[in-house]
Amino acid sequence: MAAIKEIEETIVEEFGYYDDWMGKYEYIIELGKSLPLVDEKYKTEENLIKGCQSRVWLYAELEGDKIIYTADSDAIITKGIIGLLIRVLSHQTPDDIINTNLSFIDRIGLKEHLSPTRSNGLVSMVKQMKLYALALKTKML
Amino acid sequence: MTTVTQHKTVLDIQKIRKDFPILTRKVNGKPLVYFDNAASSQKPQSVIDATNKYYSFENANIHRGVHTLSQEATSAYEVVREKVRAFINAEKSHEIIFTKGTTDSINLVASSFGKTNIGEGDEVLISAMEHHSNIVPWQMICEEKKAKLKVIPINDDGELMMDEFHKLLSKKTKIVAVTHISNSLGTLNPVKEIIAAAHEKGIPVLIDGAQAIHHTTVDVKELDCDFYVFSAHKIYGPTGVGVLYGKEELLNSIPPYQGGGDMIKTVTFEKTTYNELPHKFEAGTPNIAGGIAFGAAIDYINSIGIETIAAYEHELTQYALEQLKTVPGIKFIGNANERASVISFLLDNIHPYDAGVILDKMGIAVRTGHHCTQPLMDRFGIPGTVRASFAFYNTKEEVDVLVTGLHKVIDLFK
Repeated sequence: MAAIKEIEETIVEEFGYYDDWMGKYEYIIELGKSLPLVDEKYKTEENLIKGCQSRVWLYAELEGDKIIYTADSDAIITKGIIGLLIRVLSHQTPDDIINTNLSFIDRIGLKEHLSPTRSNGLVSMVKQMKLYALALKTKML
Repeated sequence: MTTVTQHKTVLDIQKIRKDFPILTRKVNGKPLVYFDNAASSQKPQSVIDATNKYYSFENANIHRGVHTLSQEATSAYEVVREKVRAFINAEKSHEIIFTKGTTDSINLVASSFGKTNIGEGDEVLISAMEHHSNIVPWQMICEEKKAKLKVIPINDDGELMMDEFHKLLSKKTKIVAVTHISNSLGTLNPVKEIIAAAHEKGIPVLIDGAQAIHHTTVDVKELDCDFYVFSAHKIYGPTGVGVLYGKEELLNSIPPYQGGGDMIKTVTFEKTTYNELPHKFEAGTPNIAGGIAFGAAIDYINSIGIETIAAYEHELTQYALEQLKTVPGIKFIGNANERASVISFLLDNIHPYDAGVILDKMGIAVRTGHHCTQPLMDRFGIPGTVRASFAFYNTKEEVDVLVTGLHKVIDLFK
């Protein structure tokens, strides 16, 4: 599996092909459709990220020393964005996930999703993914 | 209908739009279409200038200093109280209490009225379409006093079930608190009937006018409501200023809300005596600049006429409803007969968030989500809606832009 930084670069390159917002969002919507979906049994209240305009379920488990994330949302754009996060952070070690500072969201022109009114979505998602990494790391010890 | 046609010719929208500098803005490269007026309205230049002028030439604390600036600031601020009194046709200007906003006003009443009038086993009656700010303060006082919160249900069109309301009014009911116009559905409630029925049983009524004050003539004397609350920022004024109208007798009978400067007559460490109305409820230095700018907003509205505004908004809402009907898969949430310029809807199975993000890309500002009315969304079994809310500076052309935008949203998500 490529390192987090490398995957971020690939995503930035992919988004570079679109010079208008419409193209970008069409791509995000496509990505939303290929999101590794969380198993229905994990779509519980406790795996729900609260405070979002859309509902987001996130689940993480260990596979060897790597973390595998799955998710779902009732909004497609949200699914696309969490799909991007999973592409970057899934199959990485807990340490790499905890220590990473993601830059690609800003660089692909989706900065507005980081604004406080919507951040409920994105910022909470990244925070939750890191929390999972921290929790699973202690399990490995 | 004659009034509608009569006013139609009066309002020069293009001229009015020039009074609102923000309307010339572009968002994401597109001319801004601002349809989130129910959340907050835009400000005319005169309101912006009033704020600017106050800080540039008039700034001083009020009700205290003997110096000229303080006296001028006090007069400018107190003039607004009189403007508000006249605007809602209250009997006396000291029945107008300045607050931070609607939420603050409701908290004041819930706390102060609740302290002396609500006890164990009593009931507070609200409706199923209330904003969280007209639910939570009551919930808090009910919890404190071991009282019960009762809820008037609504029908599928989003109208209050009045027969249920009458049944819910009981000897235990200590206050009724309902919204004049629903922020999520646009429903105009029969508040006069509600007030009359409650008064027959000696129960006071608070009307949440946050969504009504800028859309319809509000006459508190004619309504005979005991409390009427609203925010300046929804009526083209600044944020952080609100009004609590209360009948003098009631305001005198309830204790102060917050303690501090301006609300006292004498203070010793043993005992404090409280100031008279309205100061009794206005502890601390208020938002003076905001208050003065609020006065400019009222002047601006009066220069056009609230009835002219209401008639135009009605016409625009009817047009929008007609045009939106042509959007495939649209489902209106709230179909009340009597309604204001707020339209909530869903597009097939497209999530409101998805629609909102794409509309924003086209420069269209709508609100998406639960609109701070989660119990209402639960009542309809939906996570939220897309809400377009209009002001008198909006145009039919802008409605057309929204309709085109919605078609694009559908194309994108199908």
